[in-house]
Amino acid sequence: MSVDKATVAKIASLARIKVSDAELEAIAPELNQILAWVEQLGEVDVTGIEPMTAVIPNTLRLRDDVVDADPLTGGGRGDAVLANAPAAEHGFFGVPKVIE
Amino acid sequence: MTDLTELTVAAIRTGVASGDFTAREVAEGFNANVAGAQNALNAFIVTTPDKALAAADAVDADRAAGKVLGKLAGVPIGMKDLFATHGVQTTAASHILEGFKPQYESTVSQKLWDAGAGMLGKLNLDQFAMGSSNETSYFGNVISPWRRNDGGNAALAPGGSSGGSSAAIAARLCPAATGTDTGGSIRQPAAFTGISGIKPTYGRCSRWGIVAFASSLDQAGPMARDVRDCAIMLEAMAGFDPKDATSLDLPVPAWEAGLSADLAGKTVGIPREYRMDGIDADVARSWEDGIAWLKDAGAQVVDISLPHTKYALPCYYIIAPAEASSNLARYDGVRYGLRDLPDGAGLQDMYAATRAAGFGAEVKRRILIGTYVLSAGFYDAYYTQAQKVRTLISHDFKNAFTECDVILAPTAPTAAFALGEKSGDPLEMYLNDVFSVPASLAGLPAMSVPAGLNREGLPLGLQIIGRPFDEQGVLNAGLAIEQRAGFVAKPDIWWK
Amino acid sequence: MTNYRIQGATGEWEVVIGLEVHAQVTSNAKLFSGAATAFGAEPNSQVSLVDAAMPGMLPVPNRECIRQAVRTGMAIDAQINKWSRFDRKNYFYADLPQGYQISQLYHPLVGEGRLDIILDDKDPENTKTIGIERIHVEQDAGKLMHDQHPTMSYVDLNRSGVALMEIVSRPDMRSPAEAGAYLRKLRAILRYVGSCDGNMEEGSMRADVNVSVRKPGEPFGTRTETKNVNSVRFVMAVVEGEARRQVDLIEDGGKVVQETRLYDPDRNETRSMRSKEDAHDYRYFPDPDLLPLVLEDDFLADCRASLPELPDAKRHRYETALGLSAYNAGVLTAEVETARWFEALLEESAARQGKPEGEVAKQAANWLMSELFGALNRLGKSLETSPVSPAQAAELLALVGDGTISGTIAKQVFEKMLETGDGAGAIVEREGLKQTSDTGAIDAAIAKILADNADKVEQYRGGKEALFGFFVGQTMKAMAGKANPQLVNELLKKALG
Repeated sequence: MSVDKATVAKIASLARIKVSDAELEAIAPELNQILAWVEQLGEVDVTGIEPMTAVIPNTLRLRDDVVDADPLTGGGRGDAVLANAPAAEHGFFGVPKVIE
Repeated sequence: MTDLTELTVAAIRTGVASGDFTAREVAEGFNANVAGAQNALNAFIVTTPDKALAAADAVDADRAAGKVLGKLAGVPIGMKDLFATHGVQTTAASHILEGFKPQYESTVSQKLWDAGAGMLGKLNLDQFAMGSSNETSYFGNVISPWRRNDGGNAALAPGGSSGGSSAAIAARLCPAATGTDTGGSIRQPAAFTGISGIKPTYGRCSRWGIVAFASSLDQAGPMARDVRDCAIMLEAMAGFDPKDATSLDLPVPAWEAGLSADLAGKTVGIPREYRMDGIDADVARSWEDGIAWLKDAGAQVVDISLPHTKYALPCYYIIAPAEASSNLARYDGVRYGLRDLPDGAGLQDMYAATRAAGFGAEVKRRILIGTYVLSAGFYDAYYTQAQKVRTLISHDFKNAFTECDVILAPTAPTAAFALGEKSGDPLEMYLNDVFSVPASLAGLPAMSVPAGLNREGLPLGLQIIGRPFDEQGVLNAGLAIEQRAGFVAKPDIWWK
Repeated sequence: MTNYRIQGATGEWEVVIGLEVHAQVTSNAKLFSGAATAFGAEPNSQVSLVDAAMPGMLPVPNRECIRQAVRTGMAIDAQINKWSRFDRKNYFYADLPQGYQISQLYHPLVGEGRLDIILDDKDPENTKTIGIERIHVEQDAGKLMHDQHPTMSYVDLNRSGVALMEIVSRPDMRSPAEAGAYLRKLRAILRYVGSCDGNMEEGSMRADVNVSVRKPGEPFGTRTETKNVNSVRFVMAVVEGEARRQVDLIEDGGKVVQETRLYDPDRNETRSMRSKEDAHDYRYFPDPDLLPLVLEDDFLADCRASLPELPDAKRHRYETALGLSAYNAGVLTAEVETARWFEALLEESAARQGKPEGEVAKQAANWLMSELFGALNRLGKSLETSPVSPAQAAELLALVGDGTISGTIAKQVFEKMLETGDGAGAIVEREGLKQTSDTGAIDAAIAKILADNADKVEQYRGGKEALFGFFVGQTMKAMAGKANPQLVNELLKKALG
């Protein structure tokens, strides 16, 4: 499969990365080269093989339903959450106005 | 008086504990080295000499008060700038996180501070750990302290992504540092700079607070001058963390105490698929040396087969970018980091502008690949296929480990290359991870130890891969090589 | 009801409805972090570093959320998948800090299930089975506010990461009423199970309404999805309005486009939500931060053992074991609070009266449905805020049961209980309302009434037996309602000969 500029533009838009036309021109062949290379995986016979789910056989551990048991994963720390915000007002994060 | 910055972690720990010197003297020595090399090597993104001194003073005070000292008491270390450090800028070497000061400390760094270590600074790396040469850092590339013996002064790559860590240790700016390894980011830079580094079994070190690249592959590990120091560091870094759902709920073994270079009764596998056409002659020779050393240490050596080796790299370059494309979606200019808000821009425009301005070219490339392979209609052909091939690669290792206890291979196909030499061709750069990626895909413990110098006078590393949870076997084989390789070379200090 | 049809210019149309209900799981902490889930907190005060998607943060699932979803699945008789996974749904929006929602696409926790809806309250045996395709567990998003600042929207992440169950029905509903009945029944089950408080006003439960139309017997038409509809009434309105819109559109030569729509309750209409149209490639893939979720048999057994008696079973038991009418059983079991109140009343009544529950059930049911519901309606209160407790009510019913007061007096006593909060016995005592069985006093009253109404006595004796009720009424009146009615009957019969 080879990707054209329009496809790259669509992917970039999905990934929310603004790319100029000149950048598209450069990126498309690079992606094609890489994709052509990874496509050799298609030649591997994977009949009956399950996709890897856990690299070290292990299952999901569950947490107890306790609020703020560990301050590192609990709430009640609005200051820390907002400390690095580019725009924070009245305890909210600010973003350009969204029309829904 | 001895130059304290020439000491290993073990020696510093012992010296501080016995009062031969103070932790403050050690910290001052390394602080001076860091400051002296910063312009030339660019190994650190920020330096934190005061933190190093404060930690040292606390250790000295504890010692004076007769308190029990931690495993790393008085040892100043470098912290890869992928670990969140409370109140200290954490960037992943990306413009998009410039100025970000976490209000939390990563589990691994916290464990190190709890063990008495101090922080010299945040080490440079490839942006978001994506790279093998440190050339993708927004804050400029790290220069390896090593130079070729051809009289030229070509600036060499310290490897990547943990290139700040490797350069700093080789240049005696710190006795040890943290690294992270997603496809070889601890082992390859260690090999390039003549130091040791170990990536433990996936899940040994908590990923909580480490900026994520590819979640199913990322593992933290130590980098240091020798095997013992790696064992000491790893003991402090590892351990179960309930905040990481993939963390292994296992006790941390006493790796340092378990060190033994006697490999009698052990079998070492040599994977025939790693003997690739056109392999660098010096690399091939050092591999032969390694085989001889391990035999000398009492091990039996057998040929093994890892049939899917050639598919490991393409498999990795689907899975890692796919995970990264999603992991890096949070850098959107809303809650932290860079925000680029062009005049009149809406929310979605702000995202696109912020991410265009904030991410470097390699990061964008991988996000785009990852986005593509996950997109509608391509998911099964790329991602599902890659995860199936990953299962096969993992099976290869499982089969191999029925015949051997550890596997010996080169760490990288070449010694360090010059900056700029491969950065024009992404694919050629990716191929540098050919020997390191398979163990990452299988989540296995693997380490690189120095094996000697090539004809150009540059270090070469040998890689030992072990069974899941068998860091001890890996460290012991590493120690056997270390004792026989007698690697004492170090770079000339040309930067002062 | 099942024959609901939309009359179009080209004939009759049938509407096909599927509902995706998002129900907030009842839990103290969020799905993947330890932040609280309480409603109405200060902005960003219930947000952990994990919920804000700070670099390096990782999700660890809350066992209670999984348990509640499994119990819910069991309550709708669904397949519980012992092996499931979490996937990431990738899209960019300001209320989604991670840039992806952790959800379950490929391997949901709960598979195929069903529930029965009652098509007519008066005929509870007439049910229809609605298929449920799956229940999966996922994170809620944060909240955007658009009216606080001239050029900015504000983001509050308190809801970000709260656990939701998405309950996806089959397209098995064929009318607004069926959609409404399904949603009410589902809500009732969730509340019985205790896995969701069902509070639609606070957003604990909301529905995405999938609607398409077709000529009866033809294949499914193209559907639209109206998002986040937050009441039963609105869901019914959306179905009705959207079906009408689609029929008109098709008959005008247009085509229904598969799209996301938004309901505006003020105008009672839906409109296309173009802002979401761009992002339809969600690039789902298994969340590499989370391992497969494998449920142990013990866990499943505990989930099952903790399930309460569910509405259908309860209704059946009320009919067969307690002898209630199908209608009464239906009303008393429709909401878990009613059933709880009723059962508390039943238990107290049986104990006080020393009878099996089956013998006091009708009395309790009738009193609850007429007297108590009537009073609560009048007072604008609910069972939760009822001024009279089941124990107090049982005391009142026991006084009727043992003949201490008559049913008529009981009504008066109940009014006093509501006014004063006093116990029934105390009121009866204080007000002297105790029913009298003093035959002398009753006979005296009867003698006077017969004397005063000699004409009517004549008529009665002449065969107009309907007048008996008149004499009873007069006697009761004369006795101020306190005479034992049975005794009054006996004595009157004797006196009238």
